[in-house]
Order: sequence, then C-alpha cells, then structure tokens
Amino acid sequence: MSYLEYNTKYIPSGFRKLLYLHWPIILLLTAVACAGFLMLYSVSGGRPEIWMEPQMKRFALGVVLMIGVAMVPIWFWRNMAFVAFGGSLLLLLGVEFFGEVRQGAQRWIDIGFMRLQPSELTKITLVMFLAAYYDWLPNNKTSHPLWVALPVIFILTPVFLVLNQPDLGTALLLLMGGATMMFLAGVHWLYWATVIGGGVGAIVAVFQSRGTPWQLLKDYQYRRIDTFIDPANDPLGAGYHITQAKIALGSGGWTGRGFMQGTQSRLNFLPEKHTDFIFTTLAEEFGFIGAFTLLVLYLLIILFCVVSAIGNKDRFASLLTLGIAMTFFLFFAVNMAMVTGLAPVVGVPLPLVSYGGSAMLVLLVAFGLVQSAHVHRPR
Amino acid sequence: MKRPPKDIAESARIISRRALVVGGVQLGVIGALGMRLRAMQVEQADQYRLLAEENRINIRLLPPARGLIFDRNGVPIAGNEQNYRVVMIREDAGDIGEVLANLTKIVEIDPDDLSRAMEEMERRSPFVPVTIADRLSWEDIAQININTPALPGIQAEVGTSRVYPWGADMAHVVGYVGPVSDYDLSRIDDQDPLLQIPKFQIGKTGAENKLEHTLRGSAGTRRIEVNAVGRVMRELDRQDGIAGKDVQLTIDSRLQSYVQARLEGESAAAVVIDLEDGDLRAVGSAPSFDPNQFVRGISVDDWVALNENKFRPLAAKAIQGTYPPGSTFKMVTALAALEAGVIGVEETVYCPGYTDVYGIRFHCWKGGGHGNINLHESLKQSCDCYYYEAAQRVGIDKMAEMARKLGLGIKHDLPMSAVAAGLAPDKAWKSSVRNEVWRIGDTVNASIGQGYVLTSPLQLAVMASRIATGRTVTPRLVRTIDGIEQPSGLGESLGLNENMLRRVRSSMNDVMNHRRGTAYNSRIVAEEFRMAGKTGTSQVRRITPDERARGVTKNEDLPWERRDHALFVCFAPFDKPRYAVSVVVEHGGGGSKAAAPIARDIILQALYEDAPPLDAYPSNVHAEIEALQRRIKDRIPPGSKGLTRA
Repeated sequence: MSYLEYNTKYIPSGFRKLLYLHWPIILLLTAVACAGFLMLYSVSGGRPEIWMEPQMKRFALGVVLMIGVAMVPIWFWRNMAFVAFGGSLLLLLGVEFFGEVRQGAQRWIDIGFMRLQPSELTKITLVMFLAAYYDWLPNNKTSHPLWVALPVIFILTPVFLVLNQPDLGTALLLLMGGATMMFLAGVHWLYWATVIGGGVGAIVAVFQSRGTPWQLLKDYQYRRIDTFIDPANDPLGAGYHITQAKIALGSGGWTGRGFMQGTQSRLNFLPEKHTDFIFTTLAEEFGFIGAFTLLVLYLLIILFCVVSAIGNKDRFASLLTLGIAMTFFLFFAVNMAMVTGLAPVVGVPLPLVSYGGSAMLVLLVAFGLVQSAHVHRPR
Repeated sequence: MKRPPKDIAESARIISRRALVVGGVQLGVIGALGMRLRAMQVEQADQYRLLAEENRINIRLLPPARGLIFDRNGVPIAGNEQNYRVVMIREDAGDIGEVLANLTKIVEIDPDDLSRAMEEMERRSPFVPVTIADRLSWEDIAQININTPALPGIQAEVGTSRVYPWGADMAHVVGYVGPVSDYDLSRIDDQDPLLQIPKFQIGKTGAENKLEHTLRGSAGTRRIEVNAVGRVMRELDRQDGIAGKDVQLTIDSRLQSYVQARLEGESAAAVVIDLEDGDLRAVGSAPSFDPNQFVRGISVDDWVALNENKFRPLAAKAIQGTYPPGSTFKMVTALAALEAGVIGVEETVYCPGYTDVYGIRFHCWKGGGHGNINLHESLKQSCDCYYYEAAQRVGIDKMAEMARKLGLGIKHDLPMSAVAAGLAPDKAWKSSVRNEVWRIGDTVNASIGQGYVLTSPLQLAVMASRIATGRTVTPRLVRTIDGIEQPSGLGESLGLNENMLRRVRSSMNDVMNHRRGTAYNSRIVAEEFRMAGKTGTSQVRRITPDERARGVTKNEDLPWERRDHALFVCFAPFDKPRYAVSVVVEHGGGGSKAAAPIARDIILQALYEDAPPLDAYPSNVHAEIEALQRRIKDRIPPGSKGLTRA
C-alpha cells in the first residue's frame, strides 16, 4: 500500500487530468504510429484499405483506451494487477486448448469481436503484477531467497506457456521484462551474477543438446540460429529472409530510394514486409535519415518514461513506468537487431509500426498506465 | 499497511539508481543499433545497392538472326524461316483441361507433346509460358487467333528456324545446325553467353560449323525487372544483338544440283574447280541426306537408316574420302621424273607387260605389254611399266614433293568438316609413322597411285587445276563474307617447266581425243570445249599370282565392296582451261567407263551453264545422253529459279 492514495490533495481531478497528461509521450507515440501508417501504405502498393486503414482505426481506438486508462487512478490499477495477471494466464492456457493455429504456432484466441494474442497482454500484466508485488514487499525482504523465488515462478509460468505455443520471441521478451522488474526493485547483485553465469551455461546446454532426443529447441529454431550465425550458408532457403532484409536496409543509403520506390519491398523480395520486417522497408525507402529518426523517436519515448519514473515517488508507479518502458524498448530493440542481422529472427513486431491489432492496443493501454502514473503522481 | 517514510525514500533511491543503470544499458543498445544502421546504410550502402539491383534486374539474351548463306549467284542455300509455336500461361488459362481440349479441336497436337506440356506446367510457376506445340503453320496460327475467346491463356509466338531449300543437294557443303548440346559445350571453348540459351542452334557440320562465328552474330540483351518469384514486371531497356554476317559461297547451286543428280545411284564424289579463281563450283558427294531432318530432329529410324547404308550418305566423300589415286597419279610421277631430268621427254621404256624389281614382279594392266613406249603414249594408254621405271629413277621423295606441289597429300584450308589431308608418302613418313624402312617396291607401287598413296577427290581436282594452269590454284569455298570479297585462289606459278607441263597436258588431251586414248569414248566433240583428262582405276584388293594366272576376275563378277574404285580427272576447254573436274566412283570399276562419262557431263554442264546440246557429244552416245538428260531435267531447277537474295 503506497501512501499515495492518502495524499490525493494535490492530484488533479475530473477533466483537468487531461491537462496533466504527459503530452510529449502522446505526440511521440502518434508520430511513430504515423510513420507506421505511411509504411503500411507503401508496402500495400498504394492500397490503404488493406493495412493502413484498419491500423489507423485501431490506433484511434488505442488512443481512446489509453486516455481512458490514464483517467483512472493508478492505485486502482495496482489493485487490479493480480486479477489482470491471473486473467492473462488463464487466456494463455485457453490458447493451449482453443487457440487458432497459424504459421505453425498457436497464438491467437478468438474472443468474438477480435482475435486476441494473450501473450501480448501478458507482457504488460506481468510487469503490472511484479510492480504491485514489489510495492507490497518491504524493501528489506527484496533479496530474501524466498521472496526472490516467488517472482521467478511468476515470470517462468507465462514464459513456459508461451514457449509451448511456440513463440520464442515473446518468451524472451517476457523473461527479460520480468528480470528487469526484479533488477529495478533492487534484487541483490549476487543473484544477477548467478543468473548470468547460469544463462551462459544454459546456452551451452541448448547447443550441446542439438540432435539428441532431448533437444531443447525445435529444429526450426536451431535452423534460425544457424542462419543467424551465417546467413550466407543458405541464401535461398533458411537465410533468405535475413539476407533480403539486409539488402533492403543497406540499399537505402543516406536518403533512401524514395517513398514507394523501394525495389526490395515492392518486388516482394522482403518477407513479412507489413509486420516484423516493416523496418527494412522504412530503411530502404527513407534511408539512414528515416531509420535513425525513428530510432530517436523511440529513444525519446524511453527517455521521457525514465525521467517520469525517477520523478515519481510512488513505488508501484515508477516500477510500472520503467517496466513498460523496458517492454517497449525490448520490442523495438529486438526487432531492429533482428532485421539488421544482429539477433536471430524471432517474431517480434516493431511497436506501433508493424501491422497487428493486439500488440498495438496492448501497448497503448500500457502507455495509458504510464500516463495514469504520471497524472496521479504524488506532488 | 502503511509504509514508513524511511522505506519509501529508500526504495525511491534504489529504483532511481537502478533505473539509471537500465536506462544506460538501453541507451547503449540504441547507440549500437544506430551504429549498425550507419554501417549498413552509409558505409556499405553501395554494396547492398548492387545486391538489390542484382535481385531486381534480370538480363535476358536476345538471340541474333543467324547469317544467311547464298550461292555464288545470290541464291539462298541456308535461310531462316519463321515458324510458329503456341504457348500456354497457366494462370491465364482457367480450366487447363478445357482449353487444351478446345485447342486440340483446332490444331493437331501430338498427345506426347501434350502430356509433356502438362507436366511442365505443373512444375513451373503459373506465369511461365510453356510450349504446347511447335512448328505450326501459318494457317494453324490463324485458326488459333480466330478462336482466341475460347482459348484463354493460349498465345502464339514467332520463332525462327534454319531451313535448307536445296535439301540433300547442299547437305555436305553447308552442313546443318542443331541445338547446342552438353557435348558441344564440353568440346568447344566458347564463352559466348548465347550458348547458354537452351536449344540455341549452332552449326554442327560443314560450313555452318566452320563459319559458326561469322554466321552467329552477337547476343542482344533485354534488361527486365523481376519480382521475388521471377515474374517479369517491366522491361527496363533492350539492346538488339548484331545479326550474323551473310556468307556467299562459291558454289553454283544449279551445277551442284546437277552434280548430285548425275552421281545419284552411285557411292561417288565429284569436285568442280573454276580455274580463274580457284572457286569450288560444285562439291558433290552421293548419296546425300536432307539436312532439314536434322534441324527438326531426326527420328531414330531415319538415323539408323542413314548410318547403316553401306554407301555412307553422311560422309562428305568429296573432301573427307581418301582413295588410292591409281593412274591419275601418273602425272605426278611423270612430272617428278621430268623435272629431275632422269627421263627424257622422248625416251622410251620397254613394256613387256610386267617389271621385275628385285625379284618381285609388278604387272602392267595390259597383260601383253605396250612394247617400247614414251611419255606421251604411256599417259595416253596408261602404261604402268613406264612409271615403274620412271619412279625407280627419280625416287619417292621427289615424287612426294611433286605430289604436294600439285596439291596432293596436303590439307586444303576449307570451311568444311574433316577435310582430309590424304597421303603423299615418302621415306621420312614411313620411318616416323610406320617405323619401317622404305622399300623400292613401295616406290613402284606409289608410281601408279597404289600402295600408300591416298588422295581425296578435292585434291585430285586441285591437281588437275594446277596441271592445267601451271599455277598454285587453291580451292576456295567462300566468295564473300558480309559483302567483302575473299582473296582469290589463283596464286603464283608453280615454277614447273612450262614445256614439260605442255607435254603432259597434250598427253591428257590424247587420253580423250585420240582413238587409242583410254577415255576416248567420253570425249567432247564440240571443238571449242575439247577436254583433256586422265583415267584411274585403283585396286582395293590384292591380285594373287594364282588369280593372275587364271585371268583376273572381272569387276562385275566381284561383290561391290571388292570392286575397283573408278577415278577421273580432267580439265576443259583444252585450249583455254576454265574448269577442272575430278570424279571418284567408289567400287565403280574402270575409271574410263564409270568415272569419265560423269566428269564429261559435269564439265559440259558447267561450260554451257545448262544442259549441253547433244552435238557436243560423240554421235554414238546421243541416245544414252538424251535419256540421261530427260531423267535429270526435273531434278534441276530452271535457269533463274526466282530465288534471289531475301
């Protein structure tokens, strides 16, 4: 229980809250989304109805939801954290049994008006739940083994459910997001040393297990790793995607080939050009200037979040803001590292730019939480 | 539970500190990403741009039009004919089965082709045109065009194919083209990208093969933009190739046709050389084959038939075949001996019908012998003993030298396949190739064109040309390339004593025009076209002493393969030689009977440039010639065939 709810005197109320929203973040989010609309228009070959328009509608809906979430006091969301996390775990289980199989992975669940990806939802609810957990846990118990083991279990439960779908990208994001929360809360350095040591060991184990009956990853995941290590091995097969993505990116040059002039995307050499690989089209058509500008927009969003979190004396609020910032960061950093050939191809979309409903709505709701924390911060 | 203020302050400090750590890591990662972008997009941009262009742009080759081949009068010998094929694009067709059913109602299509096409269509991308039927007539295409609405996805395309309007008559000269094969690619060192085009037509034999680089031209290119699955999006630019150069041969197609017709029924060869410039007016080899069959793709049955024919239709005997020249070689022996001064022009040699050389008896063809005989009579009557003696006096090396001087035993540089070098043997040859010592018997055999001596009909014609002119006549097949005249084949003087040459020519004249000459029956009576020649009969078997004692078996009584080769060389008109002709009839029997009449008819045809009048022939053969001319008339196209430069 933070002291916040007992100090509501200086917190704005009613529609005045709108004035206290963190408008720079909203503007930056909108700018990024607009870049996304532009790219979706381009990759659809000038047919806005197939990707751009649905995306705009979702963004509009997302912004409304974000402001709605921002209006609700942050302590309400803290109290909802357990329910939200529990709900998303149930949905993940639901996907196991009732999910729709697409491209070899079970990720979607049909909830009537839209198809939801519970794994997307989990990225936020896990952060929320851990923030609430550390808000409740007294400082001196943070590094107590029992109180360390508990959040580890909370993190690993959805990670294993997601891995089972299988969705390596989301699992990694959940793991890293959760770990960041624990780190921020102040878990002792020794734990981190142990975890990093163990991680290296695990990686060795994963590679050692290859080809044996108890191999830890699926064949296609091993192949992705191989491809990552040397895409030139198989330029028409496994390495095709990343090779073509790099060609698109590199061929953009300083200023790019011009809007809708990217040959790699227009001639379909790029895979998944409207979702995971949309950044390559942007980089191809708008060059280094365009790609770097987008990177700076992302950086500013992260920066504003960090500044807001540090200035926020409420433990839940600042942990939540930092966690969401970290999740957002992981999204675009992993995606960009992936398409620039720095990381294996794991299915991680570029936040607010890639076409996709669940991810965008969930992210905007998350930023609603950031806004709520900002509006309702103790003054 | 309300937290104490101390706890709150403590946790805020921890979070702030750790947030800075996390923020620092994030900043570092973002910086790394920025650096990565800079490296790829700024530093390596050119390299990636190139890769993108390679992805996007396909270069397709445009095959150039193959050069045409004409005869000396501009009549096409090898041309390019437009032909039509229908292709199907699966994605446009809708119901493939129905469309193909409609198509087979309109044009006849081989079911094998159809099933092959269906198979290919399933394998290829739906936008790739697949050939359904090839070599359709214009009528078929017109029918298909009319019925377009019932044939979605069907398109007519125009291609060219090589065509040889003279068929078998020119086969051995021009050869034929065929699709480039793996074997061709492994054999020839040619970097021309055109050869990578599937089924690209290249010259396989004859002039088509030897003049390949002249005729082929160079590839044009078409740069097209393709998408990731290979669909053509648009043409970026097009650069037409350079068509192959046209070639004009020295062959006179009408004369060539006549030669082929005249040789018909025999396994024979004939060569006509124009003495003004060495032009090969006709190079006939019989039997022949239709080169168009090979262009279309010859059936197995036809191929087997051609290969199993004992007359070997696929061999260009005129240039590839080598035969012992027999008595036609006597001019060589005579000239060698005369040049060396080992025998006088009027000196006589006694011929008892045989000559014994170190215990071996060499026979003259005339059992009773010719008695005392000089050079003139020995050539006229083709006495062998005279040459046995002359050869022994002059020696083989001088004979071989003279043979080469007259164009025997050397390879003439002609753009035809496998031009034979023949053999003018000498001591060095025998010791180096056969590792044996040259024996005097070898010289004696060689003196009458037997033993090791081998000549091709082409070489014999060259020999006749050189004797007739006294100059280095080099045969020439190509008259112009791309309109540029090629060097004449008429060269310098041979450096032979003109007086002796005149003696030999006049003896050759008497061979034909003297009552006792061996080819008197094949003479030309038209005064201005009188011809000089020499017969030759070369044995392909040994006559044993037993057989000689019983009487030599007549050719007619022997199986074809064991009969003598009949040879004849000649030139005409005697006073002002214009053409030299050689004829070889494989296993034809005696040269005077089998080869000389053919040579006479050919040379007359060449001199009159048409069927000669009957009174050019001696009256006793008029009936025979009339019958022959009637038989051949239909085979030869009329004077101006209406075929002109396309």
